[in-house]
Amino acid sequence: MHIVIIGNGIAGISVARHVRKLSDHRITVISGETEYFWSRTALMYIYMGHMKFEHTQPYEPFFWKKNRIDLVQKWVKSIDPANKSLAFSDGESLQYDKLVLATGSTPNKFGWPGQDLKGVQGMVSKQDLDSMEAYSKDTEHAVIIGGGLIGIEMAEMFHSRHIPVTFLVREQSFWRGVMPPEESEMINQEIYAAHGIDLQLGTELKEILPDENGRARAVITSKGEEIACQFVGLTAGVHANIDLAKNAGIETGRGFLVDDHLQTSVPDIYAVGDCAELRNPAPGRRGIEAVWYTGKLMGPVLAQTLCDNPTEYKQGLWFNSAKFMDMEYQVYGSVGNDVREGEKHLFWKHPEQNKAIRLVYDEDDSRILGFNVMGIRFRQEVCHEWIAEGAHIEKVLANLNRANFDPEFFAHYESDLIALYNQQNPAASVEIAPYSVKSIWRSVAVLATAALLLLALSSAFSGPVASGIFQGLAGFAITVGLVRGIELFYKLSSHPKVSWR
Amino acid sequence: MALSPLNTLNSMQGLKNIGLGIFVAMLVFFTSLVAVSSFEVNDTSIGKLESSLSSKVGLNADHISTFLGVLNEYSGQTQNKFGFVSTIKGAIKEANNQIGARYAVSDATLEQYLNTARTEQDGKFVMTNDSRSTANELLPEAIRQTVSDYTGWLIDRQFDSAEDFNDNARGGVQGAIDGAIGKAQIEPSRHNDTIFETLKATGTGFFWENKLTLFWIIFGLGVAGAMMYIYPAFFDGNPGIKHNHIYHDSHSSRGLIGVITGIYLVGFYILLYFYHFWITEWITLVDPVANLLRGEDASRWFMYGFLYTVVILVMGIRMLTKYRHSPYHQVRTLSVMFFQTAFAFIIPQILYVLNQPEMDLKNAWPLNYSFFFDYNLNGHIDDGTIGIFLLGWGIALFLIGVPTFTYFYGKRWYCSWVCGCGGLAETLGDPYRQLSDKTTEAWQIERVLIYGVLVFAVVMTGYVLFAYFADIYPSFGFNRWLILALFYGGATGLFFYHRKKYPAMSRKKISWVLGVILFMVTFGVITGYMETGSATANVSHDNLKSIYGFAIGSMFAGVIGTGLYPILGNRPWCRFGCPLAAYLGIVQRFKSQFRITTNGGQCISCGNCSTYCEMGIDVRAYAQRGQNIVRASCVGCGVCAAVCPRGVLSLENLENTDGTRMNEVKY
Repeated sequence: MHIVIIGNGIAGISVARHVRKLSDHRITVISGETEYFWSRTALMYIYMGHMKFEHTQPYEPFFWKKNRIDLVQKWVKSIDPANKSLAFSDGESLQYDKLVLATGSTPNKFGWPGQDLKGVQGMVSKQDLDSMEAYSKDTEHAVIIGGGLIGIEMAEMFHSRHIPVTFLVREQSFWRGVMPPEESEMINQEIYAAHGIDLQLGTELKEILPDENGRARAVITSKGEEIACQFVGLTAGVHANIDLAKNAGIETGRGFLVDDHLQTSVPDIYAVGDCAELRNPAPGRRGIEAVWYTGKLMGPVLAQTLCDNPTEYKQGLWFNSAKFMDMEYQVYGSVGNDVREGEKHLFWKHPEQNKAIRLVYDEDDSRILGFNVMGIRFRQEVCHEWIAEGAHIEKVLANLNRANFDPEFFAHYESDLIALYNQQNPAASVEIAPYSVKSIWRSVAVLATAALLLLALSSAFSGPVASGIFQGLAGFAITVGLVRGIELFYKLSSHPKVSWR
Repeated sequence: MALSPLNTLNSMQGLKNIGLGIFVAMLVFFTSLVAVSSFEVNDTSIGKLESSLSSKVGLNADHISTFLGVLNEYSGQTQNKFGFVSTIKGAIKEANNQIGARYAVSDATLEQYLNTARTEQDGKFVMTNDSRSTANELLPEAIRQTVSDYTGWLIDRQFDSAEDFNDNARGGVQGAIDGAIGKAQIEPSRHNDTIFETLKATGTGFFWENKLTLFWIIFGLGVAGAMMYIYPAFFDGNPGIKHNHIYHDSHSSRGLIGVITGIYLVGFYILLYFYHFWITEWITLVDPVANLLRGEDASRWFMYGFLYTVVILVMGIRMLTKYRHSPYHQVRTLSVMFFQTAFAFIIPQILYVLNQPEMDLKNAWPLNYSFFFDYNLNGHIDDGTIGIFLLGWGIALFLIGVPTFTYFYGKRWYCSWVCGCGGLAETLGDPYRQLSDKTTEAWQIERVLIYGVLVFAVVMTGYVLFAYFADIYPSFGFNRWLILALFYGGATGLFFYHRKKYPAMSRKKISWVLGVILFMVTFGVITGYMETGSATANVSHDNLKSIYGFAIGSMFAGVIGTGLYPILGNRPWCRFGCPLAAYLGIVQRFKSQFRITTNGGQCISCGNCSTYCEMGIDVRAYAQRGQNIVRASCVGCGVCAAVCPRGVLSLENLENTDGTRMNEVKY
């Protein structure tokens, strides 16, 4: 059987890899964009000089040959479902038995005057990166439209090259459609106070003005201000790439509409990732969730279906992450942009630093619903486990240490969060679960005993060589014991409550 | 909304540029020292030289008087460095010629010697100890003992006629005389030190008269300039990962400046190890420090240790500013700064001043490959209580310390918290960490090389210890051409095995490594053949020690391991060569609480972790499939976790120590 996948992004490649794991089917991956799979989430790091393009390719070139995944670098023009064939833009064609659409998405353009001028673009593809690089050479000021994750990345990219940026955001606060007000304000501060980027909230793009060469020279904002610029970044969201549906008769909504098995309205044609719209999304979830993880999670499921083990795709517990300039963000479970009906929020923010934790829990039965963390890392498994089992907020608080995923020696804030909870709920008296130092004190004891024994042994020998060697060994046991002792001391001082058992 | 002023960086840029300018100026000044001074032979310098040649180089009175006699002919002349070095080399050669001529034995004397040494016993002609003693009276006294040593094989050998005896013994005796004359001359192994001491004694002019001032100017201003360049990073925006433009910068992306830096470092190591007289001025520059700490002038190793420590401290401060958001990196950097300064630099000086054996207490065998060498063992035992304690300490360090510490904390306790090589890699080498090779091919090379060196170190140490305890020093004969054939056969076999097993993979780097190894072996074998003219190479424990010392200790660890930072990344030695790292790695891989945990499915495959892994581990390959990372080579620097934009990675010591540390592939 020949499985053809259009698109070599995370969704298409996940399908290809997992089909190969399960079967010997012939696999062809088509992409006009690049020869090999690369991580477009790393696009900004290439521009900023953290990495070269090849570093963003998760697999070495030999991987594809070794796994017999054929790569074709061409653009697909149309699909002919009746004959099960594809036509390429160069006139060639390809037969398939099963077709997977993983075409991703493209930046939104809302009909702004001047939106097709030179120096006006979004940032999704390798080609976008190349043209951004080219335009940067003579850009003295850039304007970015749209207050989302790509917009802030673009702002950081220009900032790294010391190109001043004006950032137009429609909402009254950055990413307010997703983030609760406090977190949103933290991001505002990160953008304009910490990085000096001209963030204009509640401001939209009205028009882009051209120069004599057809290049953008200024924008006019909804407030009537004219801002001179040589580059305009359009990052007001993305929409699915569904052009291929036209002649193929594939039913579309905002994306290719797919059933629970990720099959489109046309048999043997499937869709995954950004371009697939679920007909039956889970309650409270959207049909298209255009994030990396969707493609990554759909791939293995569709591979099962393609390899004769029909499997339904279920949207799992929501999670996401991002980095706003220097501030990391993770979300697990359901966290709305405001306190919704029937839920309570416990929000703690570090008095000076960019760190915050938000716990969302049910007003009636106090079960945990979601976590938002800014500048602190939480463990996905633990958060998901608590949400799935409907753990009581007080149990979560007492054991929050388990969820912490920050590197060693970082300060912990579980006690602050508990104190805040107890203060807000006078009836509550949550106590932090003790940290066990059993294994450490035991090894200190073992090493101390060993040191004593070795010292005794050393005095039992009369010769200087034998006793010297045993003294050396004892000295070493003492050293190891000391290091373990320092570790014990560190644990005692950094954990508010410890248990010796 | 108003634009908040964040121009501290810009106002600091001027300071940074001035600092960089000062630093580079001092580096150029420092470098130029080796070529700018002049040298003059006069009575004072001859007097100074006389004592240092005896106490520091270990020449005998005969060598010294002859050599100084030749050198005296240049009295009153002033020469530049290059001219004077060839003068000294010429003088050594001339002194050796004079010594040779003085002890030369004429053909007539040789015949007389043979006739005297020959006695008749029971109709056979032999040489006995007594007859040889009589014959030895004919030779110059200085070579008698050695000739006796070299003619032991002739004693009591029977010949049928006097002519027979003479014809058979002539060549051997002549050889013994030549050998004895060679031994009476200044040996090649003392030439470099002789040149070094001569340069030191005869140096004249500004540098030699103002060493202390120049020391303060060069190190004071150099360090100050570096700090001016580094310090403003404290104010460079928010705390966080600072990797902007690393791949736009020629210095950190194998560009021209990177290549020049690499050539400079390689040159430094080659001069330091093999031609240290060329850097006499650098060594002399730190005399004031050596005098203060040891009460004597600096050796090249003291200069290297001093420079090494200064570099780790200065670049350590750079690390502290760069990672000011990460306590893990701050603590770890302070740790390597402490261990280098206290354990590698200060404590050995204190031990020396107290007349105790100098030992870097943290330098564990087999990285410290000479730990079990006979002279070290004898030295420690002769030094009494403290020496024996240090011996026990050193044994405990690798026997108990490595497994226990690695069990609790992973290999990192040594490699990125304590070790000197690691300390340099984590400080001076940090700007180059992204240059390590992440390909599978490189990983394959790594495993063969590093475990190969470990086996070499273990075999060499075992051989040396066996010889020491059994008190026999055997020498095994190997056919040189057979050795060569084995190496070529092995390399070809490896190459074709790889081609069969990994048909899709490139073999470019493997070919390079095999090529370099074959070149070195061929070169060694052919040089050995040309020197001895014999197809049989005798390998004694001393030969093994010197092969290891040259190929691994100097070339691999120094010239390649540090010199090629700007090309191969900052840990080529730690990754491909260090036998201790190999040993620590085996413990870490199979029995340790340490692992890098992957946080669920949050990985976006961006590649920052892999790119900034100094050990060339493809961290992303594990992270993107939700798998924890348990790798022998991981030194636990923690940078993958720090650069991860999504908080996916964390270094952890957890209770389970077995295979379950590396959970199953999830995605």
